[in-house]
Amino acid sequence: MTCDICGKKKATVHLTEIVDEQMSEMHLCEECARQKSAQMEQQFGLADLLAGLSDTVKPASSKENEKNPLQCSRCALPYEDFRKFGRLGCSECYTSFKEHLSGLLRKIHGSNKYLGKTPSSFQKENLAASSKEERPLLVVTETLEGLKEQLQSAIAAEDFERAAEIRDKIRNLEQKD
Amino acid sequence: MRIEELLNHTGEWLRGTGPSAHIVMSSRVRLARNLADWTFPGKSVKKDLEAVLKVFSEAVGRIEALKGSTLFGMTELDQVDRQMLVERHLMSHEHASNPEGKGLLVTAEEVVSVMINEEDHLRIQVMRSGLNLSEAWDIINAIDDALARELSFAFLPSWGFLTACPTNTGTAMRGSVMMHLPALVMTKQINKVLAAISKLSFASRGFYGEGTQASGNFYQISNQVSLGHSETDIIQNINGLIRQVIEQEEQARQALLLQNKPMLEDKVCRSWGLLKTARIISSQEAIELFSMVRLGLDMGILKHVDHKALNELFIMIQPAHLQKIEAKKLNAFERDTKRAAVIRQKLGGKDV
Ligand SMILES: [Zn+2]
Ligand SMILES: [Zn+2]
Repeated sequence: MTCDICGKKKATVHLTEIVDEQMSEMHLCEECARQKSAQMEQQFGLADLLAGLSDTVKPASSKENEKNPLQCSRCALPYEDFRKFGRLGCSECYTSFKEHLSGLLRKIHGSNKYLGKTPSSFQKENLAASSKEERPLLVVTETLEGLKEQLQSAIAAEDFERAAEIRDKIRNLEQKD
Repeated sequence: MRIEELLNHTGEWLRGTGPSAHIVMSSRVRLARNLADWTFPGKSVKKDLEAVLKVFSEAVGRIEALKGSTLFGMTELDQVDRQMLVERHLMSHEHASNPEGKGLLVTAEEVVSVMINEEDHLRIQVMRSGLNLSEAWDIINAIDDALARELSFAFLPSWGFLTACPTNTGTAMRGSVMMHLPALVMTKQINKVLAAISKLSFASRGFYGEGTQASGNFYQISNQVSLGHSETDIIQNINGLIRQVIEQEEQARQALLLQNKPMLEDKVCRSWGLLKTARIISSQEAIELFSMVRLGLDMGILKHVDHKALNELFIMIQPAHLQKIEAKKLNAFERDTKRAAVIRQKLGGKDV
């Protein structure tokens, strides 16, 4: 039996892969199996999610985008590169691509709310900051445009509870205007 | 510690005891951390990678819990040495294949290891024997706290720890458990169980022996999500799932005994005989036989077999280990011969 991926070497590894409850059997050579296992470990379905992202999160204006493509303000990683390769370049990418990542994280994890531990240095910083102002790191300036994008992705993900939440926020903002 | 010294023993997590050790071989918790002041390794030049290595090594020197650990620079090791560290589950294939600017910290007993400059600046892992994720979490949590006092991590209160890949963002924690499920495989229920696991957003994959050869009876199960739950919640969820799988495997083992005890005994004892007498053996065949002997041991069919010795063989029969034991390069045929000799010696087979 030859390898399902390269079609050249002898298949010595037999894998059962389950994606979206669909089971498929694969017969691979050692080399292809190693690559496959690295992918399964690190990119579990990520490629699909990133590909699907273009449908749900439309760029604000495509004309503007060509002239001034979105990129990280610190490491200069273009957002397009992240979409292609699935890897961010630095911690600032999270702020630069915040709007896009918010929907993606929710899709990957089923939630984009962090409930884990806080490093001690941040606990101090937050205490100091919260006495002056109300936790500035948590303030998300929500633009009408950003909210509309979020609404689109919530609807696409059939998360209607969240869609309703966002719709309320949009109404509030529109009333303020 | 010199790398050769690792050969004299194997990791503490292979001792073959601990909760549910009859089905769970080992538990592992891994945390990804990045330093806020540098770009992630994939987007860093050599100079920056070396700076991160230096900053980390200085921080380690100030941490009591990491006293007596060894930091290996990947470029100082040759390819076989690096492969040996992969075979011991201390680091990934990726870490070995592109060594520039990378490092590995290993504590005595190999309980804790830290990959430096893999996909993230730090990948910390703790391994324990048996089903022991909570203990692994306690250890890694303390080490993470100590490191956080020395280093400034990339972190946002809203999204948690920031990682190169968004699948890790948040707790950046993965808990995984290596399970031995021969009875579920033999009773053809394994696919049903794996499908149920995947429905619950957990990943399962085979155990890779030599390089990547999958052996049907070993499965690694781990969590997929890292946002929306705390670390301890995630660990409790994995524990809950693993306990159910253990129960299923136990039931399947009882069913095998009831249905065809002589057949099962025959399979186990033949495997034992083969391991003690074979002169040429591939790692694939060896792992399949280990699986049967392990099952026989855990079901009381075989006695007087050392669990620990059996576990250690999983590590020792891999190519880089065989070559380090022999202290020279071996081709595939020489490895198969050496492997059979190592197994016979370890299991007390007589050289008839
Ligand atoms: Zn192939
Ligand atoms: Zn960046």
